[in-house]
Amino acid sequence: MRIPVFALGLILWALGPATALEIEDHRLYPGTGDRILRIVSTTDLAVFEPYIQAFRRAQPGVSIDYSVVSSSVLHRAILGGAQFDLAVSSAMDLQFQLANDGFAQRYNSSATEALPDWARWRDLIFAFTTEPAVVVINSARFAGLSLPTTRQELIAILRDNPDRFSGAVGTYDVRDSGLGYLFATQEDRSTDAYWRLNEVMGRLGPRLYCCSAQMIDDVAEGRLALAYNVLGSYAAERLARDSGGRVQILKMQDFSNAMLRTAFVPASAQETEAAGALIDMLATLALREAPGDWPLPPLSQAGAGQAIGFGPIRLGPALMVYLDPLNRRAFLTEWENAMEQR
Amino acid sequence: MNETTSIGQRLTLLLAVMAALLSVLSWGMVTGLARQAAERTQDNVLAASATTIAETLRSEQGEVRLELPYAAFAMLGAISEDRVFYRVTAADRMLTGYHDLPPPGGGTQGQVVFDTGVYSGATIRMASVTRLVLAGAEPVPVTVTVAQTRDGVGAIASDLSRLAAILSVAFFFVAVALSAFVARTSLRPLHNIADAVSRRGPSDLRPLLRAAPADLAPLLSALNRLMDRLGQSIRRSEDFIAEAAHRIRTPLATVRAQAEIALRSVEDEAEKQRLRRIIRAVDESSRSAGQLLDHATVAYRAEDLTRDPLDLADLAIQTAAAMEPTAAMRDIRLRLETVPARVTGDAVLLDNALRNVLDNAIKYSPEDTTITLRVARTGTEAYITVTDEGPGLGDGPVESLTERFRRGSNTGSIVGSGLGLTIAADVLRAHGGRLELKSTEHRRGACVSLFLPLA
Repeated sequence: MRIPVFALGLILWALGPATALEIEDHRLYPGTGDRILRIVSTTDLAVFEPYIQAFRRAQPGVSIDYSVVSSSVLHRAILGGAQFDLAVSSAMDLQFQLANDGFAQRYNSSATEALPDWARWRDLIFAFTTEPAVVVINSARFAGLSLPTTRQELIAILRDNPDRFSGAVGTYDVRDSGLGYLFATQEDRSTDAYWRLNEVMGRLGPRLYCCSAQMIDDVAEGRLALAYNVLGSYAAERLARDSGGRVQILKMQDFSNAMLRTAFVPASAQETEAAGALIDMLATLALREAPGDWPLPPLSQAGAGQAIGFGPIRLGPALMVYLDPLNRRAFLTEWENAMEQR
Repeated sequence: MNETTSIGQRLTLLLAVMAALLSVLSWGMVTGLARQAAERTQDNVLAASATTIAETLRSEQGEVRLELPYAAFAMLGAISEDRVFYRVTAADRMLTGYHDLPPPGGGTQGQVVFDTGVYSGATIRMASVTRLVLAGAEPVPVTVTVAQTRDGVGAIASDLSRLAAILSVAFFFVAVALSAFVARTSLRPLHNIADAVSRRGPSDLRPLLRAAPADLAPLLSALNRLMDRLGQSIRRSEDFIAEAAHRIRTPLATVRAQAEIALRSVEDEAEKQRLRRIIRAVDESSRSAGQLLDHATVAYRAEDLTRDPLDLADLAIQTAAAMEPTAAMRDIRLRLETVPARVTGDAVLLDNALRNVLDNAIKYSPEDTTITLRVARTGTEAYITVTDEGPGLGDGPVESLTERFRRGSNTGSIVGSGLGLTIAADVLRAHGGRLELKSTEHRRGACVSLFLPLA
């Protein structure tokens, strides 16, 4: 089989000679046997560990090697043919493109068959959570202000209180974060308020982040008054741990993006059986009725497109549109113009 | 009879084979058409996608710019879960997309060109559209190619093919049922003719004058010719019998006259006895010949029966009068009880029948007895009953007594031809009536009834 070399991937993510993967976190969970399931994931270890433990209880013979990387590193790793048995990522556009370009292998079981049509594509890629993008605020720094419920109100509050919010708003640096770019492009497509919000934030000297967790930390610490487009599941998990009441989650009523966290078995995987078993477990949990103790939410009951603006982002070839280098360059130029006004 | 497969079965089988062939053919055609339709749908969406992208082509500061519209790919994702590839080239320079996508086939500008190729281990369908974009001083041809794998097309085609297969099988079974029905329907005229022929009476040799399909007309006319020949041959043999009887009767009459004369002239008792025996034998022969003649007459006249109105009472009176001398010879009285009973028929034949029955009665009655002729009617029938005081009909089955040359089991020494009741029965049958035989109560005498439908 001829593996297509996708120009885009090489241009964008070949930042210098990438000899080693930039691994943010790594842990090996030894099993009783000699089989090792190698997982590459964008999900923080703290969030994903309950799933790993559950899997180890079910399959004690399998060791698990879990590496946390950024979504772009994950994309590059799979393009480069790195040896992983399962790829889990929140950047569903990059995941989709890998599957489309032939870097994923088919997997099919009764558990994956049970997933709704919009939560899987060609038996290659499977969604197991629906996670909305939210606004996280520091309650103390919002004292005396009415909480915004729509982007219009948010724009008004930011515009009317430049002193309070100057240097205190944070959002994804969409140049670095795959998930941030996905949220930004989907918002660009869905609401025109997005660019006006960017203009307003740009005037306030926004702080740009690579990851949701750091943004939430900074909001909790009071370094940020507001973080825009944060992964709701992380914020909720953080809120559960941190009971200070300092952090509040706002869900915009006018429009809300919901991302699907997806998993696939890379074409180069060795332990396909164990990887399939983990996908089965995730797919089964994705359809659970009660939220339970799991850190990540299940699939939303509403399918893609059922509630306009609130359903999950559709898993389909349209995701590749914003990954096109020309489109990406144009989008980033516009974004930089809005965000970097100083 | 040497039976081969029935025409109905063979016809059904042939039609079923044809239906099977047509079913397979229609299944193949539907499958092909379904595949074509699915492919055309994909082509249309690919063309729309490529055209949508090409519409965004523009020139900015001497460079070709474009922007992939979200809808261009969303529409591809909406129809199937097929993998999508694309490429945009300006002249020979790659602008964006998958650079190793197979090049599109040649085509004129502005038109969408379709091509099929292999990429990334899968068969793909490509739609390319070329537009001239003014970049700098020179217009540059920019080609947009959008490609998709064909799994969705295959899935739709195989779904429809399966549906078509189910429909074809159903169609086949319906066709077989219809074939059986058609076979039976088209063979009905043949069965009708066969029924008509087998329903006919034993001596009914009239031609079949029924409407028949053109295909059966030769068979029908051949059958009619055969019956005609058969009728002629029967008539010839009847003629022959009549002729023979006639020719025998005349010399017999001479022999009888001579014997009577001789009887009167001889004295010797032994001679007289011998002569009387001769006379009696001649009488019997003459009677037999007469009956043969009657039989031939009946067979001949029954074929084309005249139907004149007549009264059974008159007939009984006339016939009784004619038979009176014969009865008187043996001191037998003929008693008549009549009511008027109008029937239609051939007077000659009916007289013949009654005379044969009466002759039988006289012959088998002891001397000095009474024979009763009674004419009566029931609701729809008229009948003449002839009752004698003779020995009755014996123990054998009475029906068989009307068979030709069959005689009762108790006829003893009485000479007879066994034709009398046959003639009577034939005549009545020809008139739509019947002959009934039974012994009278206490087994004293026979009772023969001639039934005829009332006029």
